[in-house]
Amino acid sequence: MGKIQLITKGFVKENPTFSLLLGMCPTLATTTSAINGMSMGLATVFVLVLSNMAISATAPYIPDKVRIPAYIVIIAAFVTILQLVMQAFTPDIYETLGLFIPLIVVNCIVLGRAEAFANKNSVVDSACDGIGIGIGFTFALTLLGLVREILGSGSAFGYKFITGDGILVFVLAPGAFMALAYLIVLFKKVTAKKGE
Amino acid sequence: MTMAVKSSFKNMTLCLFSVCLVSSALLAAVYAVTKEPIEVANQAKTNNAIAQVVPEFEGDPVPGTIEVGGKEYSYYAVSKAGQPVGYAITSSSTGYGGALVLMVGMTADRVVYNTTVLSQSETPGLGAKCVEPDFADQFKSFNPAEKKLSVKKDGGDIDAITASTITSRAYAKAVETAIAVYDAITAAGTADVESVSGATPESVSGQPVEDENQEIK
Repeated sequence: MGKIQLITKGFVKENPTFSLLLGMCPTLATTTSAINGMSMGLATVFVLVLSNMAISATAPYIPDKVRIPAYIVIIAAFVTILQLVMQAFTPDIYETLGLFIPLIVVNCIVLGRAEAFANKNSVVDSACDGIGIGIGFTFALTLLGLVREILGSGSAFGYKFITGDGILVFVLAPGAFMALAYLIVLFKKVTAKKGE
Repeated sequence: MTMAVKSSFKNMTLCLFSVCLVSSALLAAVYAVTKEPIEVANQAKTNNAIAQVVPEFEGDPVPGTIEVGGKEYSYYAVSKAGQPVGYAITSSSTGYGGALVLMVGMTADRVVYNTTVLSQSETPGLGAKCVEPDFADQFKSFNPAEKKLSVKKDGGDIDAITASTITSRAYAKAVETAIAVYDAITAAGTADVESVSGATPESVSGQPVEDENQEIK
């Protein structure tokens, strides 16, 4: 598989949110607005690429039986680094997202890619896979956040275009499930037409 | 790629030990590098909040702590031209989604000057609206001697946020606590006035503030 394909497959065919249905916890929790969804996605890209590379490089030396704890420690280290760096240099983003950053550790996408891809492939391929899956995840979260923000608060990326409130339920947890369900239906319909 | 090595007690222990060692070394390094910027960012945030909630002042806010009802509260005393302008008091209460932490500014004549939310985890779109001026501005120039500090549902003068009475109550409660802290500070201040050693009279005596003005000039 070429490098480009490695990156693009994460976007549609193996889109972590719409196709693999992985990492639902941050997906539902952080997408109250488009900006939040996008920031969460980008934070995940950072962790995913670095942890994929580190795991791919160390996998041959890690005994099979302790690979999961070893991967979790590696992932948790990168997440904590990200948290400290954000706290220091982007305090504003950290303010809105801080609560969810530690959640990246338990994001199944990160561990899932480590298990399914990084520990069997080269460092470069794993980095491409991380970028692809990460961008797919970011795209999905931004879209979901945008839909929920438009319906729920009547704004897009923070710019309000109606006065008063939107349909509040879309900002709350039940709205997250509803919006996600309709987006998955839409996604399946579009990809089915392509004959996949 | 190569298959993973066969597991034995020795190599499993060794592997986990080295993974943890390298990870913690990495974290220690990042922590050391980011420690100062994080402190600077937090300080800037606090200073910003203080400037928002009290009237114009000179010099640096003087931090202090006071115990009210068995709980310790931190506050900053600010002054201008040697006269105390007011206090920025950190106060918290329990909202719908967790702790609601406010910075409440009190002027020297026992009026709430302004309030700002330091941290909250209320529901987005509902309780989280407590940071918006529509709600928060009700506490601007709020005089507890003239108005009642509770939501209208409870017979007070505060318009609650639609569908977020718990958050609105928590906000009012935090402001109420801050007023109690203010009373405690001023009570401690008058009691200590003769023995200049107390923290509060020192900060309002004007001496340190004048020194700082000279530095600025």
